[in-house]
Amino acid sequence: MMRDFANWALETAKVRGATYADARVMDIRLRDLSTKNGQVGTLSESESYGIGIRVIAQGSWGFASTDRLTREGIAACAAHAVSIAKASASAKLRKVEMVPVAAYQDTWQNPYIKDPFQIPIERQLDLLLAADREMSRVKGVTVSETSMTLRRIEQFFASSIGSAIHQIKMQSGAGICATAFAGNEIQKRSYPNSFGGQHMLAGYELVESLDLVGNAPRVAEEAVALHSAAPSPAGPHTLILDSSQLGLQIHESIGHPIELDRVLGMEANFAGMSFLTLEKLNKLKYGSEIVNVVADARLEHGPGLGTFGYDDEGVPAQCTPIISDGLFTGYLSNRETAISIGEKTSGGTMRTESWNRLPIIRMTNISILPGTWRFDDLIADTDGGVYMETNRSWSIDDRRYQFQFSTEIAWEIKGGKKTRMLKNPSYSGITTEFWNSCDAICSREDWTLWGTPNCGKGQPMQTMGTGHGAAPARFRNIKLGAAFAKP
Amino acid sequence: MPQKVTYSGTRGFVAKKKTKPAKNAHAATPRKSGSAVAGLHLLSDAEFRRIAEKIFKLSDADETEVEIGMTSDALTRFANNTIHQNVAEQVLNVSVRTVLDGRTARATTNKTDEDSLRRVVETAKTLARSQPRNPDSLPMPGPQKYTKVARYFENTAHATPADRARAVVKVAQLAEKNKQTAAGIFATGVTQFAIANSRGLFASHRQTRAEFSITILESDSSGWAKSNSPDLAQIDPVALAKSASEKSAASRKPSEVAPGKWTVILEPSAALDLVGFLFYDFAGTAMADQRSCFNRRMGKRVMGENISLHDDAYHPLQSGAPFDGEGIPRQKILLVDKGVPTNLVYSRATAKKMKTKPTGHGLPLPNDMGEAPMNLVFTGGNSSLDEMVRSTENGILVTRVWYIRDVDPYEKLLTGMTRDGTFLVRDGKLAGGLRNFRFNQSVLEMLSNVELLGPSVRAAGEESFDMVVPSMKVRNFNFSEVTKF
Repeated sequence: MMRDFANWALETAKVRGATYADARVMDIRLRDLSTKNGQVGTLSESESYGIGIRVIAQGSWGFASTDRLTREGIAACAAHAVSIAKASASAKLRKVEMVPVAAYQDTWQNPYIKDPFQIPIERQLDLLLAADREMSRVKGVTVSETSMTLRRIEQFFASSIGSAIHQIKMQSGAGICATAFAGNEIQKRSYPNSFGGQHMLAGYELVESLDLVGNAPRVAEEAVALHSAAPSPAGPHTLILDSSQLGLQIHESIGHPIELDRVLGMEANFAGMSFLTLEKLNKLKYGSEIVNVVADARLEHGPGLGTFGYDDEGVPAQCTPIISDGLFTGYLSNRETAISIGEKTSGGTMRTESWNRLPIIRMTNISILPGTWRFDDLIADTDGGVYMETNRSWSIDDRRYQFQFSTEIAWEIKGGKKTRMLKNPSYSGITTEFWNSCDAICSREDWTLWGTPNCGKGQPMQTMGTGHGAAPARFRNIKLGAAFAKP
Repeated sequence: MPQKVTYSGTRGFVAKKKTKPAKNAHAATPRKSGSAVAGLHLLSDAEFRRIAEKIFKLSDADETEVEIGMTSDALTRFANNTIHQNVAEQVLNVSVRTVLDGRTARATTNKTDEDSLRRVVETAKTLARSQPRNPDSLPMPGPQKYTKVARYFENTAHATPADRARAVVKVAQLAEKNKQTAAGIFATGVTQFAIANSRGLFASHRQTRAEFSITILESDSSGWAKSNSPDLAQIDPVALAKSASEKSAASRKPSEVAPGKWTVILEPSAALDLVGFLFYDFAGTAMADQRSCFNRRMGKRVMGENISLHDDAYHPLQSGAPFDGEGIPRQKILLVDKGVPTNLVYSRATAKKMKTKPTGHGLPLPNDMGEAPMNLVFTGGNSSLDEMVRSTENGILVTRVWYIRDVDPYEKLLTGMTRDGTFLVRDGKLAGGLRNFRFNQSVLEMLSNVELLGPSVRAAGEESFDMVVPSMKVRNFNFSEVTKF
């Protein structure tokens, strides 16, 4: 039926005067489980099925969506999309132009071992409750929390140039968090990452591989121990970030500024613009010579939340070099914006949250390529510094220059050894200065493809999963402690 | 940007100003053409009840709750003085919560055929059965009485893409005339939802929304303005564009001043996005979890005596439904009285646990957040923005703040950036644009340092629920760093 729905939309759009049309039929199933303090918190499933129709008419864009999946409902929606495009044309400065794309007829599905929706819910809850219990046992823990999110996205894309692409994406993710309130402080520790843990394009095998229960006691003990830890220092220091924090640093200070719609002002009112104006391409020294970053949606990069077969305007997944030996070499583009940088093809980064949202330029997997260091050797090579783990707070300006991050925990590095625990760590800086101060990146053995499931962009707001491969890395002369400084 | 965790729950759309109420806010409306979404069909209470009855017949659970939500929304987006995105959506969701022997779970679908409805009920039951019994589970509430609110406007529900495009053309022309670039949105829509349960509770709400937001850019400056209302007639896109345009022009060639402790004048949107971060601290569950910044501070003066705050879903400048996620009527609650946190809000379950009474602020069950006040109303003052500027020898006026995140949740220390209109104030006058700042500022400390308050208005930001807040003049506001623009 998905193919029929899409074809009905294209037929009506053409009859109504669209010069281009594409349609996405999506069926999304979501399961959310959480526990708190030994009790089930959220336990819900949802499904959402509908069609989004995007058209060009009179040289302008229109988009309409509906969950009324009858021939009449889809025809009305397609006609509405065309009428919206004609309204857009009344404020047109120039006709929409797009780089060409071939017509593809294909099916694609990410590999997974265990369908998470076939695993009994009791078993999933048992796992979360066991991890919750292990955290609650630790004296001083005031809140123990766990969560699991499972998602299946089936979609059919068809366009008026003849593409017909069927894709199925299975996503899994889980995490735990212990909070300890004492004195005048709230401290917390999360595993394997904050804000929901680790998420990938994978089956339930991902959840099982995380060993939530085995890590729960350590997480809880660290949350409590932070209360008696020394404060993280202030001032310029050598900083080593763990791979998850580096993943978020990439997301904020590389992933967003390279979005070409931001660069061209299309997000100026909400998400903001970018310091990476067009003349900087192939000229700006973004980072030190060891910094290499790619935007890679291909499966061979790994099963990240930014992995797919085709983007949401029918462009095949690809790898774009973003930073090559420190030089800024690429943007995230789509069929419309690729023209502005002289490209003949789209970078394939159009993605939509759901059938009722317009595809927009989104990060795929924005990853730093592994370096050569083993983590132990990196610590041993560092005379003095701070090693920070697991994001706690993040903020960056609307052109992506100035950022401030804090992490849940840090460790002092002294004489080449990881020594005492430090609390309330933070660091801040200017994007290009930061990346140019990178002098060591760990190797493939310490590289993880992290999932950020909650990237918000667009109006109406869309939430998208993005991937970020990262390994621990060292940065010199970084400003620490501004967040907690008492001027 | 990764989003912070918030909850919108049954909180609907927002209003800047309310004029005369709709006469038939809950009446069935016939199909009309040319509206926000083709074939807009608003559901009557009778139709809501019919869907709910169908679900009740399909369910043999001990108790069953149905939430039905319909959204018809459209948004015209412009940038570089032209429309570049123009979208519309229509969705109908049916959400079923079942209770079986003290176990509860929820399943939701937008597939409304008979088989799908049967399946959603079965899914909710299967999920409910899969968990241990919750000893704190409460029976569903019975029928309730509600105070009516009128937040539905026909003109807004039936606004067309052409209506929105005409406004965009006007503001784009204004920007072009001033050699500026405009970007923004113009959105209109309607949302409806109803809650019914097998104990006879039935509540429904219908609301429209109109929202216009604009950023006007020059090569080295920008200005921003935003407004929303349930009534499209209250939105003046050209006036907002003029304001943004003037700010952009006035902040050309921004200078840089050193960060540090400054006297700041926060326009309502900036004040909103900072104080809005307090909303969950007033939840009973946050207090029970020892995560509220008011933990051990209730009854103590932690803000200035000029700060008082209610949660009031019935305030004329407020929006949203008069009932919570379980269908309990929302109560007006005094949260802060002259700087002293006085009351919290409670769902039924939290109230039982904390040996108090529910206030009608529960989130849809099951959830682990409990409840939250979503209709915050600050008591304002009499000082105009002009008066605040005139009384300031050396300070900074902030139009808008951005990317705000908790740094220290107990001290309510927030970080974020200024954006789109940051001005130096010198000797009682605006003295040009400034490069934007990062701040690291405790909200509790900020609310202890408020020197002047403007009248409370319906303010719209990007980081918090829209609410009723005043502009504020605040001493010793902590800017920690400066960015490059």
